[in-house]
Amino acid sequence: MASVIPDGIDCDLHPALPGIHNLLPYLSDYWSDQVTNRGMVDLVSASYPLNSPITARPDWRPKAGKAGSVVAELTRHALDPYGTRFGICNPLYGVQMVFSEDMATAFCSALNDWLAKEWLDKDARLRGSIVIPVQSTEKAVVEIERCAADRRFVQVLMLVSNDNPLGRRVYWPIYEACERHGLALGVHAGSNYHNAPLAVGWGSYHTEDYVGQAQAFQTQLTSLIVEGVFAKYPNLKVVMLESGFTWLPTYLWRLQKFWRGVRMETPWVDRAPQEIVRSNVRFSLQPIDAPPDPAMLERVIDHMQSDELLLFSTDYPHWQFDGERVLPEGISSDLVRKIMIDNPLATYPRLNA
Amino acid sequence: MTRHVVAPVDELPPGSRKFLTIDERPIAIFNIKGEFFGLLNRCPHQGASLCEGPLIGLAEAETPGDIRYTRRGEILRCPWHGWEFDIRTGQSYCDPKKFRVRAYDVNVEPGARVVKGPYVAETLAVSVEDDYVVVDL
Repeated sequence: MASVIPDGIDCDLHPALPGIHNLLPYLSDYWSDQVTNRGMVDLVSASYPLNSPITARPDWRPKAGKAGSVVAELTRHALDPYGTRFGICNPLYGVQMVFSEDMATAFCSALNDWLAKEWLDKDARLRGSIVIPVQSTEKAVVEIERCAADRRFVQVLMLVSNDNPLGRRVYWPIYEACERHGLALGVHAGSNYHNAPLAVGWGSYHTEDYVGQAQAFQTQLTSLIVEGVFAKYPNLKVVMLESGFTWLPTYLWRLQKFWRGVRMETPWVDRAPQEIVRSNVRFSLQPIDAPPDPAMLERVIDHMQSDELLLFSTDYPHWQFDGERVLPEGISSDLVRKIMIDNPLATYPRLNA
Repeated sequence: MTRHVVAPVDELPPGSRKFLTIDERPIAIFNIKGEFFGLLNRCPHQGASLCEGPLIGLAEAETPGDIRYTRRGEILRCPWHGWEFDIRTGQSYCDPKKFRVRAYDVNVEPGARVVKGPYVAETLAVSVEDDYVVVDL
């Protein structure tokens, strides 16, 4: 087992909102009463069914309630064992599923305030991602502006599956705000379920949904590149969270092959796609979708042609590894240092302040 | 370097191209709006007959959506995989440092000079009254 080194940065932690009632103190009187009077109890996304094994490691699953809903448990399970310096909190709560942009805006603001007050204030190691009402780009930008004043927010969080492909210009003001404020754009596995989560339609089983996430990430990466997001915002860093990464070399080969042949379709893509990925796109470590054979993983990383693409993550409390085996076997101490410290610091400028 | 007589100018009007083999090398000569160009007819990627591909313009953009389209007819697309090559320099656009097709100088010379040599015109009868397309190989 490769040894973790202290002062690492965990780029994917999931603090859980126990229930929608926890947002009431952070909602306006109107929305607080709406939640109560409509009888809303929770926004549960099918991405992480509460009792599904992937949703919480058995030894991290509490007797009652949601895994990851207690600060002291998250820090004891995910930060303390590795001597982690910073942990970035990516709340996955179903606010993206809501159709009303006004309701979504109210819930996102409340969620961000809840994160700041009940998590970031409680442990100095914690950092946050701004959850945005993607239902309205205009309102999303307002929420980014509101939260960006708090330097503990280091990232803007979106789900991988939205109403539109992420490269579409309708989203560009969000990316402009990210770049201007030194916030990374985190794209996490999950869907708003406004569209079929699979490119081929609706599946029947959780397995299809979870495995299909990798295809959604590939599609979004293509969209971001060919629509010219990185030509327009060259300093934007996009972090693929819980995406897996072993698919990257073959995917990039395919993308590069097509780009070479139809370059004139998107002439703003004036560098090979893999060069763009190397400069602007990063991937969280967990889950590692590779066999536990160090030689195989080494080959994949070699094919990625860069040691700067991976960012340390536990994906707490999702069940991606057992014990403290958060790092794959056989990676060099130099790569451990890159993954745990250097790469996250280069990706999240606000961690350096 | 050898200078080869390709054809009388009249045989290669604007918009036409001529394929020939010189010293076992497949060559194509293009007349684009009165200017002559020569390229090796073999794609450096996988060996396709590159010069049978369509001629398009050069699409460039600093900003997404803001396309500048210039040099119409001067970019050759390989018929196999669509890679673009500059007819003037032979450079590719997908990977200019790594991929380039051999480009040759093509000129028009009067017959009076061509008959004196040092031109090679094995298969052509050269007349002093006509102008000829000549490629440097």
